Amino acid sequence: MDDRITTIVNDSLDAIAGAGDIAGLDAIRVATLGRKGSITLLMKGLGTLDPQARRQAGQALNAAKDDLQSAIDRRRGELERQRLDALLEAERIDVTLPERPAPGGTVHPVSQATDEIIAILADMGFTVAEGPDIEDDWFNFGALNMPEEHPARQEHDTFYLLPAAGGARPVLRTHTSPVQIRHMLDNPPPIRIIAPGRTYRSDSDLTHTPMFHQVEGLVIDRDIHMGHLKGCLRQFVEAFFGVDDVPMRFRPSYFPFTSPSMEVDIGCSFSGNRLTIGEGEGWMEVLGSGMVHPRVLANGGVDPEAWQGFAFGLGIDRLAMLKYAIPDLRGFFDADLRWLRHYGFRPLDVPTLYGGLTP
Amino acid sequence: MKLTLAWLKRHLETSASLDEIVATLNRIGLEVEGVEDRSRDLAPFTAARVISAEPHPNAERLQVCLVETADTEIQVVCGAPNARAGMMGVFAPSGSHIPGTGLDLKNTVIRGVESRGMLCSERELGLSDEHEGIIELPDETPVGASFAAVAGLDDPVIDISVTPDRGDCFSVRGIARDLAAAGVGELLPLDSTPWPGTHDSPIAIELDFAPGVQDACPAFLGRHFRGLVNGPSPEWMRRKLEAVGLRPISALVDITNWLTLDIGRPAHIYDARKVSGPIGARLAQPGESFEALNGKAYETDGEMTVIFDSSGVLGLGGVIGGAGTGADDTTTEGFLEIALFDPLRTAATGRKLNLVSDARQRFERGIDNAFAAGGMEIATRLILDICGGEASHVVTAGSVPVARQVLNVRPSRIRSLGGIDIPTSRASAILGDLGFAVSEAGEDAWSVTAPSWRHDMECEPDVIEEILRIHGFDEIPMATLPRSGGIPRDALSAGQRRLRRARRILAGRGLDEAVTYSFIASDRARLFGGGNDGLELVNPISSDMSAMRPSLIPGLLEAAARNQARGLRDPGLFEIGPVYHGIQDQKTAVAGLRTGRTGPRHWSGGDRDVDAFDAKADAVAALDAAGVPTGRLEATADAEAWFHPGRSGVLRLGPKALASFGDVHPEILRSLDVAGPAVAFELHLEALPRPRSRSPARPDLNLSRFQPVRRDFAFLVDLDVPASRVLRAIAGTARSLIQDVDVFDRYTGSGIADGKVSLAVAVTFQPEEASLTDSEIESLSGRIVEAVRKRTGGTLRAQ
Repeated sequence: MDDRITTIVNDSLDAIAGAGDIAGLDAIRVATLGRKGSITLLMKGLGTLDPQARRQAGQALNAAKDDLQSAIDRRRGELERQRLDALLEAERIDVTLPERPAPGGTVHPVSQATDEIIAILADMGFTVAEGPDIEDDWFNFGALNMPEEHPARQEHDTFYLLPAAGGARPVLRTHTSPVQIRHMLDNPPPIRIIAPGRTYRSDSDLTHTPMFHQVEGLVIDRDIHMGHLKGCLRQFVEAFFGVDDVPMRFRPSYFPFTSPSMEVDIGCSFSGNRLTIGEGEGWMEVLGSGMVHPRVLANGGVDPEAWQGFAFGLGIDRLAMLKYAIPDLRGFFDADLRWLRHYGFRPLDVPTLYGGLTP
Repeated sequence: MKLTLAWLKRHLETSASLDEIVATLNRIGLEVEGVEDRSRDLAPFTAARVISAEPHPNAERLQVCLVETADTEIQVVCGAPNARAGMMGVFAPSGSHIPGTGLDLKNTVIRGVESRGMLCSERELGLSDEHEGIIELPDETPVGASFAAVAGLDDPVIDISVTPDRGDCFSVRGIARDLAAAGVGELLPLDSTPWPGTHDSPIAIELDFAPGVQDACPAFLGRHFRGLVNGPSPEWMRRKLEAVGLRPISALVDITNWLTLDIGRPAHIYDARKVSGPIGARLAQPGESFEALNGKAYETDGEMTVIFDSSGVLGLGGVIGGAGTGADDTTTEGFLEIALFDPLRTAATGRKLNLVSDARQRFERGIDNAFAAGGMEIATRLILDICGGEASHVVTAGSVPVARQVLNVRPSRIRSLGGIDIPTSRASAILGDLGFAVSEAGEDAWSVTAPSWRHDMECEPDVIEEILRIHGFDEIPMATLPRSGGIPRDALSAGQRRLRRARRILAGRGLDEAVTYSFIASDRARLFGGGNDGLELVNPISSDMSAMRPSLIPGLLEAAARNQARGLRDPGLFEIGPVYHGIQDQKTAVAGLRTGRTGPRHWSGGDRDVDAFDAKADAVAALDAAGVPTGRLEATADAEAWFHPGRSGVLRLGPKALASFGDVHPEILRSLDVAGPAVAFELHLEALPRPRSRSPARPDLNLSRFQPVRRDFAFLVDLDVPASRVLRAIAGTARSLIQDVDVFDRYTGSGIADGKVSLAVAVTFQPEEASLTDSEIESLSGRIVEAVRKRTGGTLRAQ
């Protein structure tokens, strides 16, 4: 009996090891452990043996059954893995093929720079105000201490629209400063606002476009002085450009709506087509500013004896040009896809102070 | 305002370098636009003698010259016909940069003869277009002398951008005065003591103004000269005038130009023999005309001040003189006009006639009225010095107004406005140096009288500014804005925030943000419902930019056309910006445009032509970003005329139209040169529901314990039945149970009757209380089929 078992087991183990596929393995299982399998038949024959021999043979048969079953299971696992390996090998792809294109739009540098400016100034307590592009003469000039025939008006190269019958002559705002007046009329001091937006001057050459962008700033309080103005602008410029030692020049200047007035230049160099901030002998004017003129305060309904403060207007396009080394202003408004994709920003690069202003 | 360094030094005794002067000018508010120092460009070029000039052995028109320079003798090949032995020329050594050609000179061999430098023409040195021959210097010029110095080109020209308030700095004198106050040297005195006249002026003057308008020309001074010789002006004057861009004409004319630039005192000289009768000033009659110095004829209106004699109008007071009465080379008798003209009237006259002149620039900013007599004396000395002759007694009409600006100034304002402590003694000294008179008027009170040349002192801060700018803005210490209340509030309003979200959502959907001009061509504005309502510019920069845009779509289409013309594929753009529907009706719009294919061709396929549903998806995404409950949007097929009438729609919330989308009308594409397909959307922020300030707390989340069940239906409906009606009919059958209804297939053609369409719809039921039984689902399905039949006439398609 033992010899027969041993023979069956050895033969079967050889067959299992040699099984080439699941079907062959199943056939071996049926031939040994199946209902009419050789081991099963021997098990059935146990009843004819005496108890002593029956127990011995039973143990041997059970051991043989376990050995075969586990050999079959092991071999099944191997065969299944081989089959899967072959299948996966057949499914092989060329991973060097290009991936599917993902939509990749961009945010315009003017929008990005505006958001950067807002992020910085918001931290200093400024909120964002707005005003219309089409202004009347009073808000754009008169209220800002620029009466008719004021020589400063010549520098504004104003676009005009036709007046309505009996109405004031509408203009395209030449600066964002009219928002100062509108805001003061609607909001009592203290005031701390910025007003970004489009501005227009009838001027077109290498460095001027008939439309450009400014941010107006206005701070009105009891004790605001020029030291605050300088400090605010210095902190702003350092944060915007992300460098501590931007060369800045505070030049006395003239605006009818501020006194004292000053312009601010940022040191830069032009080398070929390349604009680099903070080096070289060149200066780019980026903003005008000053202490709000008492007459302008009064025109905004604010008592100049009780309140004072500063205003500034900075060129968004120019700041973007300086920061991102964009050499030509005209490209800003041409919407050339190559330009937009080269100078534009990824949509999720939202400038914040905690996560960085600059991608 | 241009001036030269040497000219400045006629008024300012200083040892400061050019760089120091320029830095100081910028520091005190006289912005230097540029410094042209031609001696720098011309440094390599020196005087040289031509020792010999022999014909070139191999070239008929060339000569081989031996040239004596400071250190050696050098052979050059020269093509100039005037090159000859013995002459003095201008030598450029090898290695020098030639300004006229922009090239660096190299040793070379010309037709077999070595040339080691060049004799220069004026064109080569960038001085003029003269290229007929080489420059000839006077024989006595020492060999090796700097050409710039010999030619008087070594005087640096400083170009200052004078701000409109500083009329006094439209003169070399005024600039020198500011520099002296800033500590860069001493202001030199001017000799304006009265010159004793030798005779009475044969020409009288008169002012003929009605009461009330006498301020148009409050004073008019005149002086007659005889025995004049009007040749060229002296070289020192000519060179300076030329350096600042003025063409020398004759001594008398040059002197008046000199006075304008030198001391800011415009003057005019007449040839006394061309004038008939007294000269005077009056307001013009409307329609009078005259020919001006610049050769153009001008017609006046009744608001302009004119100079007249008995023959009529001679010129415009304070703006320009007449052609017929000016001094010329033959003038021996002259009449000098020194007058005061009202700034506003002068500005208005110049603006109306589009006439800019040196005189107008100064009068409209305000000149030094008190210096009329002084200017007359300085002019007299110049004329007598240069042209000889005799001067008459001065004749005067009117009187010089003496009003000066007087301001009450609190010295404490230096600190409270300027943020810096400056000793009052220092502040007072600065004002004194600038010509102000300061007197104590009590505790913290000064009475400050502005000098007669300053008209820009309107208020106390203007005086504080003078102190601060001379002391130096750089000296003001930086201060940090006080923070009130800790963490700042939100800087953006809810409306501003939703625009920003829309921007970044659209960019995330693959569109590139464009910023296009707010004005477009009028005819294109009309195509988009604009071009009227007074929204045309009176003075557009070009006809392409003549009307305020009524929509963002034309600008985006134009941008797409430009990109297509450059061979750039499938531009997809968006813009967020203003559109204009009336003078006081500006709206903020959001618009996008897709053209061509949805993406580049790809080996896996998947790209297709863009269609109206891409634009619809963009619009819905933008609305979603703006906080609109997009689930409640409904689409109607009535978009504006610039869309394809059958492939466009309007997204509505209730009756309110929020956005339009669809194919752009092919006629529009054709007229804007855009290759289709092109789809667009546009929405107006103002039409959107106002963003509500909501609690950040979300509503309760109800998660059903029971599985959702999905059932598909296919309905046959008439082609003109909108899918939305089918979807609404289904959704309405059991609102609490039906979670989602989606169209997953739409089919017409084989097997479907003409005029019908098969809509396959997936319905998701979400039970809340208990799992749905088969019979409940059967019952729901039956209600759905019945509802669709009742509302749309659709029938369940036989399987």
